[in-house]
Amino acid sequence: MSRKNRKKIALAVGSVLILSSFGYLLYGGIGDNLVYFLTPTELLARGDAAYDAPVRLGGQVVPGSISWNAETLDLRFRMTDGEKEIEVQSRGAPPQMFRDGIGVVVEGRYSRAGIFESTNLMVKHSNEYRAPPPGHEPEQMYRTLIREEKR
Amino acid sequence: MTRIIGYTATAVALALAVYGAAAAVVGVRGRRSDLLRSSELAAYAIFALLTVANLAMVYALVTRDFSVSYVAQVGSRATPLFFTVISLWSALEGSILFWGWVLSAYTAAVVYLHRGSELGPLVPYANATMLGVGAFFYLLLVGPANPFGLVWPVPADGPGPNPLLQNHPLMAVHPPLLYLGYVGMTVPFAFAVGALLSGRLDDAWIRSTRRWTVCAWVFLSLAIVAGMWWSYEVLGWGGYWAWDPVENASFMPWLTATAFLHSVMVQERRGMLKVWSLSLIIATFLLTILGTFLTRSGVLSSVHAFAQGTIGYYFLAFIALVLLFSLVLLAGRSGELKSEGTLDAVVSRETVFLINNLVLSAFTFTVLLGTLFPLVAEAVRGVKVSVGAPFFNRMTVPLCAALLFLLGVGPALPWRRASREELRRKFVPPFVAMVVAGIASVLVGVRAPYAVLTFAFAAFALVANVREFTIGAAARMRAHGEGPLVALFRLVGSNRRRYGGYVAHLGVIVMAVAVAGSSTFKREREATLSRGEVLEIGRYQVRFDRLWAQDEAHRFVVGADVTVLTNGRAVGRLDPRLNFYGGTDQPIATPAVRSRPREDLYINLMAFERDGSSATLRVLVEPLVMWIWVGGGILGLGGLVAVWPSRRRRGRASASFERPAEPAVEAPAAPPANVAVRFGIAGGGAQA
Repeated sequence: MSRKNRKKIALAVGSVLILSSFGYLLYGGIGDNLVYFLTPTELLARGDAAYDAPVRLGGQVVPGSISWNAETLDLRFRMTDGEKEIEVQSRGAPPQMFRDGIGVVVEGRYSRAGIFESTNLMVKHSNEYRAPPPGHEPEQMYRTLIREEKR
Repeated sequence: MTRIIGYTATAVALALAVYGAAAAVVGVRGRRSDLLRSSELAAYAIFALLTVANLAMVYALVTRDFSVSYVAQVGSRATPLFFTVISLWSALEGSILFWGWVLSAYTAAVVYLHRGSELGPLVPYANATMLGVGAFFYLLLVGPANPFGLVWPVPADGPGPNPLLQNHPLMAVHPPLLYLGYVGMTVPFAFAVGALLSGRLDDAWIRSTRRWTVCAWVFLSLAIVAGMWWSYEVLGWGGYWAWDPVENASFMPWLTATAFLHSVMVQERRGMLKVWSLSLIIATFLLTILGTFLTRSGVLSSVHAFAQGTIGYYFLAFIALVLLFSLVLLAGRSGELKSEGTLDAVVSRETVFLINNLVLSAFTFTVLLGTLFPLVAEAVRGVKVSVGAPFFNRMTVPLCAALLFLLGVGPALPWRRASREELRRKFVPPFVAMVVAGIASVLVGVRAPYAVLTFAFAAFALVANVREFTIGAAARMRAHGEGPLVALFRLVGSNRRRYGGYVAHLGVIVMAVAVAGSSTFKREREATLSRGEVLEIGRYQVRFDRLWAQDEAHRFVVGADVTVLTNGRAVGRLDPRLNFYGGTDQPIATPAVRSRPREDLYINLMAFERDGSSATLRVLVEPLVMWIWVGGGILGLGGLVAVWPSRRRRGRASASFERPAEPAVEAPAAPPANVAVRFGIAGGGAQA
């Protein structure tokens, strides 16, 4: 076998090795880090696979279920998709617009204790920007804020 | 009236682009200089038309002409003038219009700067390609993304631009830079197609291409850094990079363009990697179009994906067409793209460039996979998934470390092969620096292996690159008796491209250290504070004083007055805010940042009691963040140094555009003076 050929074969074998190990890394990496976007019903339907896997859970806040402790920054509420409900626990202040009935997406894991431990809470809002319906001015809610403090 | 002027201008531009492209191809094939001339005029005319169309849109925006569909979509009487003007690129139609203008400007510039070029038939083909790409975008403007539609009855007012876009002045900077970078990548693509079509595959074309690529690369680099900065200043989570699909979309072409800028040196120097370099140019262009598709078709939901529309199919068809066309061209010419050189030795600069290209490609592929995987999973398996940031970090952090290391190895290695003595001389100082930095960072308390590695490699690369300057300058001081600063300045001037590259390296090193430092040593606390209450973080005490609220023309602002103390002494006041815009439920934050070279103190107002009694603050202390922006600036500066037309060469006609400015003895016969002047933009610096 000529020297040139041997060089070529070495190069080919090397590239295949590098590519396949890189591919393996990618495959494993993506498999471990896929975050499924689920509703409470879908999450509960997964049975044992539901626990301790990273999930994005989407649904509405069950009215009256919010309990927020500003001192400990502990936020608890229940989330529903109209069928099933899941208890969610989150640390940190909720977004300013967080309220009963609003659509939210929480990111986190479902623990064996049956509580969804959220690390990130997002209020669902449309990316598409619309004109407010007549008479609706969301900032009006905040106008009550400390008028006397206005600077 | 404005509507009719704008629409007519884009429609005529479309017709002219189709005509001009055809005229260029027919003209070059049939050697008809009249047709070639008319295609050049078409390019100028299109630039004029798109300028008119853009001005018409700005006029409509400023005069609040709500009969124009785009104005009705993004305008409002309350929006301040500044944000009204920049809302030109705040949604799909306007940004395509602006894109079209940038493209028409690039096309006109290419035609102007290369007119009568010695590249011969390549330029008309390149012109035809630019016009063809232009035709696609003008088609979008006339059809599915028409910004000049009629709204009847005329609304009295509009919703205003997306709040995220009118919350920070960086939105006036980031999108235009991004478009200049994105669209600029069309030029190298056009030259590649021109080279393939005309068969002018010698290295002449690549020298002009390289310079255009560096131009676009500088814009793209600055755009990415500006985007990071915007995200840091607006999104309120204290980070600057989230592997958001749209961030990835801007990052991927940057990676392939960077790979090209390195592989092209191997091609020039050794006649190798020809197909590879061409593929990188094509990939870069495709990735810019893919990026626009991802951003603008609403196919991915992300903070940037403001606009949704039906033009996704147009983009997909265009991507497929370009891909097919390029592959056919490449395959057709593959016989003429054989390597002239071979790898002489494993330890040589070529090898480092080769590995650098492999790593950058792996990087691009990783980002591409992570970005597109959710789309594919949804289309094929019908599940909604997202690829978490841990995937990107796990895959790319080792690649970044490898790149950082290579960035030090490359400049220190000679071409072809290195002698043992040379290796010892070049590598001992950086190696010592690496070991010292590694040990020092462990002693300081860095425990994460990749952070230690980053600091060590950064020291290695820093010393290796700085020594290129000091050794060269010292030689000049000895040889010419120049002072250190003069020697350094003349050294850089003598080979702008090479030393510009090293300056860019320094920028990358600074950014890498800043990113590693800020992510490793980041501290974060969140607390609900009553008035006068203090939160301790690091060496700071953060005291919440009071809440205030104020009406502005286009928004309602709630802010917190916060006093920052160190050791009980007040050192500053900050006012993080929440801005409430009409028509959206989500307030947009304006975090307050106290930026110092050592660290940033970042305070975001998360929530507040409506009686003003308490506020919830998220406070972060992030070391070295400022150096990310500084490093980005150095990176851009390096690119500028590399492309800046050399005065010497502009004045003297000897260095032709067809040849690199090798030492004067090798310089070819001087072309007419005006040629060199004309091609100032395309001329090459000496090789690195």
